[in-house]
Amino acid sequence: MINPFRLVGHGVLGTCETVGEIVLFAVQAIARGVRGPYYWRPLLQQMIDIGFYSLPVVGLTAIFTGMVLALQSYTGFSRFEAQSAVATIVVVSITRELGPVLAGLMVAGRVGAAMAAELGTMRVTEQIDALSTLSTDPMRYLVFPRLLAATLMMPVLVLIADIIGVMGGFIVGVAKLGFGPQDYINRTFDFLETGDVVAGLVKAAVFGFIVAMMGCFQGYNSGRGAQGVGTATTRAVVSASIMILTADYIVTELFFAK
Amino acid sequence: MSEAKIRIRGLSKAFGPKKVLQNLDLDVPDGQSVVVIGGSGTGKSVLLKCILGLLQPDSGSIRVDGQEVVGAGRREMEEIRRRFGMLFQGGALFDSLPVWENVAFGLLATRRLDRSAAHAKAVETLGRVGLPAATADLFPAELSGGMQKRVGLARAIAGEPDIIFFDEPTTGLDPIMADVINDLIRDLTREIGATALSITHDMASVRKIADRVAMLYDGRIIWEGPVAEIDASGNDYVNQFINGHADGPISFGQEQAARRA
Ligand SMILES: Nc1ncnc2c1ncn2[C@@H]1O[C@H](COP(=O)(O)OP(=O)(O)OP(=O)(O)O)[C@@H](O)[C@H]1O
Ligand SMILES: [Mg+2]
Repeated sequence: MINPFRLVGHGVLGTCETVGEIVLFAVQAIARGVRGPYYWRPLLQQMIDIGFYSLPVVGLTAIFTGMVLALQSYTGFSRFEAQSAVATIVVVSITRELGPVLAGLMVAGRVGAAMAAELGTMRVTEQIDALSTLSTDPMRYLVFPRLLAATLMMPVLVLIADIIGVMGGFIVGVAKLGFGPQDYINRTFDFLETGDVVAGLVKAAVFGFIVAMMGCFQGYNSGRGAQGVGTATTRAVVSASIMILTADYIVTELFFAK
Repeated sequence: MSEAKIRIRGLSKAFGPKKVLQNLDLDVPDGQSVVVIGGSGTGKSVLLKCILGLLQPDSGSIRVDGQEVVGAGRREMEEIRRRFGMLFQGGALFDSLPVWENVAFGLLATRRLDRSAAHAKAVETLGRVGLPAATADLFPAELSGGMQKRVGLARAIAGEPDIIFFDEPTTGLDPIMADVINDLIRDLTREIGATALSITHDMASVRKIADRVAMLYDGRIIWEGPVAEIDASGNDYVNQFINGHADGPISFGQEQAARRA
């Protein structure tokens, strides 16, 4: 007979164990990484990969989100004769919420998956073991540069996404909804607060860290064979996505309280 | 007699229910070349990884130069590993780096050489394993399996380590290149005085590179002795293995051994 308590207990314990492992992993990577030696080449490579090569996908996501947002908020707000709020709605939604979250999810799919696959392959082909035998700590050489690069580059990426997203709203607002270009721009900036942008960038840094941490953790602890790497990749993307949405609420709440 | 360079006592390692090593004892004397033979899946690679601290043994003691490896801290382990060079069975080359950086990786990591000196050293080491200088700037994926093996070998010896592990150094090489590698391993141990622990299935290689031979079966070393005595070991398992007979005490590979365990 299946004992439901046992099943639930198992699940809870398993989850706690994994969470503990992830936290320990991150703490170790940071504690060892900051002490050096530092590896600039992998860091630079990761920064370019995350910051530059993610631009197309994040930019596309942002522009369409801005466009849709303008259309939808116009439809909604015109019902109370409040169409003039469209520009403000677009910029606030994008900077505070949609820019970081959508970029985070996109980067989880692109960068997090790639990290898990790369580190997983390195684990399976014993390259991680080989690093250890060559006087190189894989935590410092592989994990720390990825964590750092993602945490630093995500805010940059999101800032660009914010600008592109607002441009999307601007295009629809001017071309389709009949706003004057100068008018739309003024309305965009009139009610925008520094805090909106800052909150979004803080989120971006947190999400970047989450993506890299999950990618590295799953890849580093990948199971054996191609199947192990596949599982690691899937887990990295799914767990990072869930954690991004959870962290999104927590960070929002923190900034909201102020 | 002083203690062996590597001294293993009562080493056990299991993966889940599968007991791979059980109470294994082995000595690798200083400056000698010991070869471990044994069937596929008997735990030869696991043995090497335990010594390097890449796998954590369940119990037992491994001493390198009298220093305990089992349960050693991370920093202590890093220090011990500096004395080792390792050729991995699958090569384990870094596929994101060109061949020369693979070979010179340990030298660059310890900042012993700058990049141009490391490049020169890599080319020189590649020459020792019979690879032309032109391979230095290729990527591992552009090489044949045998060439990758030799790059792995070059990487293992580039740092001129004290103790070198070779996990199947000649598998996948043509007979002539295999002989070149065998000579190289012998030179390394005889001339430089390095201690070598190798794994191989290739009896020609055993006879050429080994000072001593140890046979791993069922998680233990069941026979150990000088290479000259291997044909007169009086051990049925050893005889079956070196003659490559399908029938004998070792039957159905390791399945039976695993079940008995
Ligand atoms: N990390 C691991 N996790 C689980 N099982 C493992 C692991 N490493 C090795 N094993 C198992 O341990 C056993 C011994 O493996 P090992 O690689 O040492 O064999 P081997 O003697 O080197 O064989 P071969 O000659 O084929 O290389 C195998 O059954 C293998 O499946
Ligand atoms: Mg093996």
